[in-house]
Amino acid sequence: MRSIRGRITWRLPKAKLCHPDRSGAQRAQWRDLLFWQLITLTLLLFAVLLLPATAPEKHLAVYSTVANYSLPIVQREGRDYVGLLELLDPLGTVSAKSDPPRWRIHYNNVLGDFTAGKSRALVQGRDADLNGKFLLENGRGLVPLGSLNSLLPRILGGPATLHEESGRLFIGNVATHFTASVSSDDPARLVFHFTAPVNPSVASEPGKVRLSFRREPLTAPASPMLTFGSKIIPSADYSESNGGAEISVTTTIPLLANFSPDGRTITLAPPKAQASASAPVPPGQETTAVSVPVTAAPSATSQQSNNQSPLSAPPPTSAARRYFAVVDASHGGNDRGEALSPALAEKDITVAFARRLRQELESRGISTLVLRDSDANLSLDDRAFFANSMHAAVYIALHAASNGHGVRVYTALLPYGGEDDRGPFRSWTSAQSSAVPLSQAAAASVAGEMKKVQVTVRTLTAPLRPLSNIVTAAIAVEVAPPASDLSPLTAPDYQQLIAGAVANGIVAIRSQLAAAP
Amino acid sequence: MIPRHFYIAVSILLAAVLGMTIYGWHMRGRAAATPAASVDTLPVVAPIAGPTEQVTLFVAYDDVGILHMQAAHIPLPSVRQQRAEELLRALIALYLDKYSPHPLPPGSDIRSVYLVDPGLAVIDVNAAFADGHRSGVLSEELTVASLIQTLAANIPGILKVKILVEGKERETLAGHADLSAFFDVSAVNQLSAQLQSVQ
Repeated sequence: MRSIRGRITWRLPKAKLCHPDRSGAQRAQWRDLLFWQLITLTLLLFAVLLLPATAPEKHLAVYSTVANYSLPIVQREGRDYVGLLELLDPLGTVSAKSDPPRWRIHYNNVLGDFTAGKSRALVQGRDADLNGKFLLENGRGLVPLGSLNSLLPRILGGPATLHEESGRLFIGNVATHFTASVSSDDPARLVFHFTAPVNPSVASEPGKVRLSFRREPLTAPASPMLTFGSKIIPSADYSESNGGAEISVTTTIPLLANFSPDGRTITLAPPKAQASASAPVPPGQETTAVSVPVTAAPSATSQQSNNQSPLSAPPPTSAARRYFAVVDASHGGNDRGEALSPALAEKDITVAFARRLRQELESRGISTLVLRDSDANLSLDDRAFFANSMHAAVYIALHAASNGHGVRVYTALLPYGGEDDRGPFRSWTSAQSSAVPLSQAAAASVAGEMKKVQVTVRTLTAPLRPLSNIVTAAIAVEVAPPASDLSPLTAPDYQQLIAGAVANGIVAIRSQLAAAP
Repeated sequence: MIPRHFYIAVSILLAAVLGMTIYGWHMRGRAAATPAASVDTLPVVAPIAGPTEQVTLFVAYDDVGILHMQAAHIPLPSVRQQRAEELLRALIALYLDKYSPHPLPPGSDIRSVYLVDPGLAVIDVNAAFADGHRSGVLSEELTVASLIQTLAANIPGILKVKILVEGKERETLAGHADLSAFFDVSAVNQLSAQLQSVQ
């Protein structure tokens, strides 16, 4: 207080201080002024300090089999950074030692050696690029967010996929996929099926229903815009931002969300009062399945145990069928399949064949869905789940091999026993049982077409999943080179020859497949 | 002032700690002086002797992708379970041979075969068997069919077979052949018939 007075005296003009009648009042005024200045300065200081806190803080949502959690993302030099120790801490035994400018981290048995200001680090003695400087702040090691895609697999010894824009990190096979379809009921209902239980928050506004997923590792469908061809529920959008995912459904009437007990199905339907007023669904647009699990996201996860929830098998009808054929490029992501050569993985051959087969089938008028159209992980259960959800007439799994010559066409070797079907539900382990004759007919037809083009072919049964979990005709085609040289597997001519023969085989029994219940 | 009984109690406790320390030190010295018992972790191979028996092995041939039925003479124990194990070990030995028609990774072995009535056989293979197995539908299928068909052809009464790896269930053998379910021996029998001829 003494110093303030001194400052006042110093600031006041001497002439004015000389007036004895005014000096007391002026001092009081100045004191008031100073008081308010101090109040203002204090408020400004608080505002300056509080403003950054009120701005939306960026977070990194981490999904793993061990734990789901989120971390703050900090901005340094215009880039996003995260604390490496905080990121790894929930995943395993981790410790860090700071010895500026060096910073060492131990995760389980992996040693990482970082240097402040350097954009390269050593992980288990091997050089790693960080795509930016490593920062050391008060003993806390910060790595650029963009480096996690390459850094984490080396530290964790497993896959990690970062969605950098949205701040979502998937460690291991944890992703949840979904399908969406509008039912042919009156009024129409939008049904979401998820591969793992979900519990989104639901918000509605005029013309929109938003499902927000903050805790679930939901991943994008093939296209973020899902169109249903329904007047009531024309479309839905998938988006990700700041550690969360959202499905925004466009609707012309209010919709209510209904969750199934297992949390895997969400139905959006108009309230009963709205039902009578809802517009009828135009013929031919009764049902459209739109979403497919073909993202490049890290992987699928929901490992449905064989004894767990049995597969619901509503009777498929041709009206409910959008795709006639589902082509499944086997393996993908971490699962490379057979190493055909040091540089050639089975997963790459199968996806190439799948694309070519889709082209061949569609050129013959057969609507086709490729189940894996990228290097995505997809579990066997998820493949079966999505194939069954599509109600396609035929499922074709593609494999490639270096062993033997020509093509092998497989149908399911069903396991012993299996659970009995329960009412409308089929046993998961032997879902294929009623479709075996049709599958064998499809295999024979494809084999017949192979012979026509002089390709060596065998038809066999095989203990090969997910064939046994598919409710419709299901075959697997394993393509081997015509001779010992592997190069034809990647040759367009050979792929075209095989894909054409498979497509011809399917076309040959198209009516039989379409007539199946 | 600290009570006298507190002094006494603390003195007794200290004396006990000191005594235990001396005793522990003494015992440690004795343990170090005792010669370590020889530890041999290698499995003891059961001595098999006696007359050989003729068995039928279903041998896989990768070059043509078939199962070939062939007779072999091997010594077999009398106990049913041990017979099953020796039978499969004889088959594995063929595959581990330098000129194997269907090479298996080095170190492949059958850990155990459990015969559980009624009609269940559990084949437990070691990790080397599965971890290094060649990947491919046909390659894996040949292995599975060879094991099951050889077992079923020589040990009557087996209806279903389960294959474990290191005592644990595994989803596939090497990425293709499904090991999660029980194999139906009659279905594998039909598969073996398909595999015995090149169509």
